[in-house]
Amino acid sequence: MKVSFVLNGRNISYEIAPGEYLADTLRANHILSVKKACDEAACGACTVLLDGRPILSCSFLSARVEGRSVTTVEAVQDEVSEISDFFSDEGADQCGFCNTGLALTILALRNELKNPTDEEIKHFVVGNLCRCTGYQAQFKAIKRYLEAHK
Amino acid sequence: MKTKVVNHKTPSVHGKGIMMGRPSFTDDLAEPNSLIVKILRSPHAFARIKSIDVSKAKALTGVELVLTHHDVPRKSFTRAGQGYPEPSPHDKFILDEYVRYVGDEVACVAAINESIANQALKLIEVEYEILEPVLDFETAFEHKSIIHPEDGINEMFPIGFEPKKNVAASYHMHVGDVEATLAKCDVVIDETFYTQAQAHAMLEPHTANARLDYLNRLVIYTATQTPYHVRRIISQTLDLPISKIRVIKPRVGGGFGGKQALHGEFFVSLVTLKTKKPAKIIFSRQEVFESSYTRHPMRIRMRLGANKDGTLKAIDCYSLSDTGAYGEHALTVFMITGSKVLPLYNKVDAVRFGGRVVYTNHVSAGAYRGYGAIQGNFALESAIDVLAKKLNIDPLELRRKNMMGEGETSPIFSIMGEGTEGTAMDMDTCKLGYCLDRGAELIGWKDKYPFVQVGPHKVRSVGMAIAMQGSGIPYIDMAAATIKLNDDGFYNLTVGATEIGQGSDTVITQIVAEALMTTVDKVIIYSSDTDLTPFDVGAYASSTTYVSGNAALKAALKMKKMLIEEAAQYLNAKPEEVMFDGKEFRTEDKRLTLADMANKLYYNENQHQLSATESFVGHKSPPPFMAGYVEIELDTETGEYDILHYVSVVDCGVTINPMLAKGQVEGGIVQGLGMACFEDVKYSGRGKLNSNSFLYYKIPSMLDVKKLTTEFAESYEESGPYGAKSVGEIGIDTPPAAIANAVANATGVRINKLPVTPEKIFQGLNKK
Repeated sequence: MKVSFVLNGRNISYEIAPGEYLADTLRANHILSVKKACDEAACGACTVLLDGRPILSCSFLSARVEGRSVTTVEAVQDEVSEISDFFSDEGADQCGFCNTGLALTILALRNELKNPTDEEIKHFVVGNLCRCTGYQAQFKAIKRYLEAHK
Repeated sequence: MKTKVVNHKTPSVHGKGIMMGRPSFTDDLAEPNSLIVKILRSPHAFARIKSIDVSKAKALTGVELVLTHHDVPRKSFTRAGQGYPEPSPHDKFILDEYVRYVGDEVACVAAINESIANQALKLIEVEYEILEPVLDFETAFEHKSIIHPEDGINEMFPIGFEPKKNVAASYHMHVGDVEATLAKCDVVIDETFYTQAQAHAMLEPHTANARLDYLNRLVIYTATQTPYHVRRIISQTLDLPISKIRVIKPRVGGGFGGKQALHGEFFVSLVTLKTKKPAKIIFSRQEVFESSYTRHPMRIRMRLGANKDGTLKAIDCYSLSDTGAYGEHALTVFMITGSKVLPLYNKVDAVRFGGRVVYTNHVSAGAYRGYGAIQGNFALESAIDVLAKKLNIDPLELRRKNMMGEGETSPIFSIMGEGTEGTAMDMDTCKLGYCLDRGAELIGWKDKYPFVQVGPHKVRSVGMAIAMQGSGIPYIDMAAATIKLNDDGFYNLTVGATEIGQGSDTVITQIVAEALMTTVDKVIIYSSDTDLTPFDVGAYASSTTYVSGNAALKAALKMKKMLIEEAAQYLNAKPEEVMFDGKEFRTEDKRLTLADMANKLYYNENQHQLSATESFVGHKSPPPFMAGYVEIELDTETGEYDILHYVSVVDCGVTINPMLAKGQVEGGIVQGLGMACFEDVKYSGRGKLNSNSFLYYKIPSMLDVKKLTTEFAESYEESGPYGAKSVGEIGIDTPPAAIANAVANATGVRINKLPVTPEKIFQGLNKK
């Protein structure tokens, strides 16, 4: 079957299997920033934006994005570059496997919540698991990034 | 020593590119048309394959290959990537007629896509003879079920391997007469502890892909901590000349020991060799949980004897370790439970350590950050608090009186090594005293110990533990580095050292930039490609900063000498007359920039390549030390508790990269807190792992971490590069004991079995 949607600002049409998940469709079409880590919507690594809101693409049927707009890190390079500067400055980079998904969650957080409290920030990104950093440096980087955009 | 790059804030050299989604991880670099490799896994904890029929699977359109134990070389090996000959028994076959845990490999399928590969797995018909599994490691020794009854398995050197008794390895040592010393002590405590099979839960699942290049060589991309061991083990098991194999380690998404072994590499290699087509395997998260590695669960009996004045006289530690179905890292993890724990209290008259590592029908245990030390630390540091209570001495005071000090040693260092004898060494740096005092200050021990009542049934309490680790394996771990000067005066740095997310590429780049008096952007690092980079054993045993860092430093100093000698020729001077500041060479009357010299060297005059290679093997393994303190708030009605604050004060020598060092400690602390508090491993009665997903096996999230304070002691290790020791593992060691001690301080309930859950505390409170 075919699915047509807007991927990173361009209209595209992909041949998919029924029951295929979006993360697999995207990776098969060389959108390699999308990472698969848990296969069951439990870790956040596969986060992409669907009409601007974060979804977990490893468990989201490709057929469901018909006619909608999907954004991955490939399309928001400047914004992610800026986030990464804050991460670098706090020493929040370790393996980085979760960072592309986390960056998109941070962009969604920035758009959705104005002046979030520390707890609101943590609750927004709690679904993006990281086994490397212990989260402190990540949290500080996110907070500083959001403050820079108040 | 004043440095300009080392010990200065330096961002990760790869951070930005990775966050921006540049293809860099193993599966990002797989051939797009790779065959998909899937493994049929055992539904039984222990069985013999009576018959296996793959004809229907093979007949399915799109299936390229099906392999069973009839189709692969029968040659025993160990998947553990460690020194060679390995201290782990050779007890594994690529595929075998026996399956030894739920999730063990039965057959391998390669198909043109994932869906066909999955269908093919379902078409394989297997008839099993179900055998009685050994699911309780305390009954494994001499159990009537023998997990490895087969011929053709062996130890590489004596490790106490007795497969007919389900023993993968055993070890005993003693110094002095423990029983006689204990008999004379005023106070003796005897406690038994249990630690669980923690999962690594690195975010990137195990993955590997293979292809044949135009030289007809096998090229394997793999998410590994040990590319050189992968090349050697693939060569040995597949009878393929090692010169025909290239192993490339791309960006790795976390390892923590879980990738210090071969997992999918055998299968993609076999498929590619047989079909001549590229092939890839990606473990599902369920496979990562069920069919890769865990931490070795242990039972540790700890007896301590002391005099009334708090002088510790004897330590007796007897352990039983569960290596699961295969004996990977069995002996070495076991020995570190003693060798990187017991020297903390080096003034005792007698110390004894011993026990067995047994096989069970659980998923294999293997290397995991802490590598035995975290298990031993939980036991010893809990026991020290029990002893302090019995002696009615402040636990800090008891530690201060008995713990390792600078300039001191322990006889254990020379007795216990990595599966063999160890290496005697003095503690040239040991700031444990400072760490203990500073940590107490930061957590507010004086005002909070043992607890403060903050509500009708809420108390806040503190607990702590001290720890040590190592810095590589002396006389075994070798690392090498090559530095090449390029035109215009920048450098390529190639190292075997294995960046797995811990930041080693950044740290090694800093060391080289410092020695060559340049900046990080002028040193372009490339790591871990067995064709292109020099040898390195890999990322394990807290070795990279110390061992690989020393190799890189030596190579940089050699390059610096070569540069000055070259410049002297161009400047018609003697080398000792040439000054070099990293950018420019000067004599009294002449100047030459590095860029100009490099350009002359390659384009104009006396042309030749400048390149320097050096290597390093440690002659000791200077331990990092730390004190970890935790403050918790506990509800005495329910046993629930929150971690309010974790303080780490660490002596890891000079931090090459203070930010990344802090990240190593904090990441370790939070992983250790997961093990201490809630990461629980649950099996069904038939040996099926129930906690096989992130929904059932909870790892810490951002909400679980309230406040971490991490500081470093001032310390300079002469033998380390720019004074550094290691920092990769030490952070994980203290949380289990610190949490158990804090809970005991809050409630009087002593939890000896990890994780320290509210249920266990609640039950303890109700027993009182």
